[in-house]
Amino acid sequence: MREEKTPAPGGRWDGSAWCYGDDVDTDVIIPARYLVTSDPKLLGPHCLEDLDPHFASRVTPGDVVVGGENFGCGSSREHAPLALKGAGVSCVVAASFARIFFRNALNVGLPILICPEGARHTAPGDRLRIDLAQGTVENLTRGARYTGAPFPPFLQELVASGGIVPYIRRRLAQKKHQEARS
Amino acid sequence: MKHTLPSAILASRSQTPVREGEICAVRVDFAFANDITAPPAIRAFREMGAQGVFDPGRCAILPDHFTPNKDMAAAQQAKEARDFAREQGLRYWEVGRVGVEHAFLPEQGLILPGDVVVGADSHTCTGGALGAFATGLGSTDLAAAWALGETWFLVPPTLRVTVEGRPSPWVGGKDVVLALLERLGVQGARYKALEFSGEAFAHLTLDDRFTVANMAVECGAKAGVFVPDAPILAYAEARKARPFHPIYPDEGASYEAVVEIDAGSLEPLVAAPPSPAAVRPAKTFADVTVDQVFIGSCTNGRLRDLELAAGLLKGRRVADSVRCVVIPASYEVFKEALRRGYIATFVEAGAVVSTPSCGPCLGGHLGILAAGERCLATSNRNFTGRMGHPESEVYLAGPLVAAATALTGRITDPREV
Ligand code: SF4
Repeated sequence: MREEKTPAPGGRWDGSAWCYGDDVDTDVIIPARYLVTSDPKLLGPHCLEDLDPHFASRVTPGDVVVGGENFGCGSSREHAPLALKGAGVSCVVAASFARIFFRNALNVGLPILICPEGARHTAPGDRLRIDLAQGTVENLTRGARYTGAPFPPFLQELVASGGIVPYIRRRLAQKKHQEARS
Repeated sequence: MKHTLPSAILASRSQTPVREGEICAVRVDFAFANDITAPPAIRAFREMGAQGVFDPGRCAILPDHFTPNKDMAAAQQAKEARDFAREQGLRYWEVGRVGVEHAFLPEQGLILPGDVVVGADSHTCTGGALGAFATGLGSTDLAAAWALGETWFLVPPTLRVTVEGRPSPWVGGKDVVLALLERLGVQGARYKALEFSGEAFAHLTLDDRFTVANMAVECGAKAGVFVPDAPILAYAEARKARPFHPIYPDEGASYEAVVEIDAGSLEPLVAAPPSPAAVRPAKTFADVTVDQVFIGSCTNGRLRDLELAAGLLKGRRVADSVRCVVIPASYEVFKEALRRGYIATFVEAGAVVSTPSCGPCLGGHLGILAAGERCLATSNRNFTGRMGHPESEVYLAGPLVAAATALTGRITDPREV
């Protein structure tokens, strides 16, 4: 079940861009009134509704949310990346991410890409091609291609090994093994 | 290698050298979640194949957000959290004996100088008031910390914030941190840590420092840590649930920048929606009427806050047009406010007083806003839809501005009433 939560390290998607600018906070990504569940399917229909009431009903699976600086600031709710996943968003491209959102996205398997140039030069509705392995955003509408910032090696490893859940599972198994031997 | 205070604390809990900009694994001293963030953490914990938490005395769940249960779905979540807490034997307090996590845990002596504390809530940074590296994580990261007793951090650069001067009696912790937000903006400290010190804090209470540390995350900071001094050590010593070792910055450590705030020149401040950094003097908002005033939250729901608010409200009446909601942030605060007569003052003034809970702060319950309504709140966020309808508005201020505003029905500088 975890496997499908984890972004394929080499994921590739085509989708339309939904652009929301700087400081998109987690209260607008998923308002607290819906935090009585953490099921992406139930959160998805309310994703971004206070910012853009049409988003959840019009987004097509595979579409890309594009933010400016500080995407995902505010509360630590993991429900925010879950809601974006539940809405069918394939990837979030932003100039920068707030730190808790960044960690949460990796942990729940919402692909994200830090790409200031790509974020700046994308307009709503542009067709984007995201290649996570290459770390690139290709704007098919404008015929331009941008390269994002790579994650630090530890995080690349974490993502490549399937995310934090399998990582901890392995660590716990090692610990058990060591305790059994000593 | 010379360390700033945040780095020095991380270094003390890491087996490898700690360098800014690099990722390090650190042991955690305390790890907690609330009734909203615990259920996804519990599920991740099980998926990790973990059997038990690393140390039940250092793990906690606090029912504070949608409690006393606001509806059936909230009750279900709270039950899931409670059942897990019992199964694991971790620290748990029932409604009526608890409080908003960031107010309650320091009172219980569970967040101490020199600690690394992680909580599945962004305002975990409040613990920085006691000289701990305390920071918020998501539920899955918290589950990993429960399982292993450690987590990873990208070691942040540090901004040193010095607050000098003697603040006027009308100025408190909220005005200091709003002044900082005005300077830094909502991302001025993104991926950075703040280190607080300065003479002004000697003239303020410890409760004011909790307010300042609480809003570090509003500047984007990972943590906002106070350099331990006599009041911090005395508080921790009197309440500690386990031994602690305060940690200090190294002489000559290098800071990314130094931000100086002159508390002596500050006046009561207000942040306008939808950004906690849209800060202006309270007096410039005099034409803004409000429907509700909220005095509470992990930012300003402590004893000092209630004392200041009660001082202004004593013997007066809340304006007819206003609903004034007062929520003590913890059971201890509630009990002491009751003993000192503040609660009677609020009730006699025509305010609503509720049991400790986050309540309306995050639009949960006990004072949700309708479309077009406006609230002045002592909490920390005024994002779109934060306290209810997306077309409602939240202004942020300290307890004095809040009480003055409750009396007049429009945003009011407390020096005017
Ligand atoms: S009082 Fe508000 S800010 Fe504090 S923990 Fe509760 S919801 Fe979060």
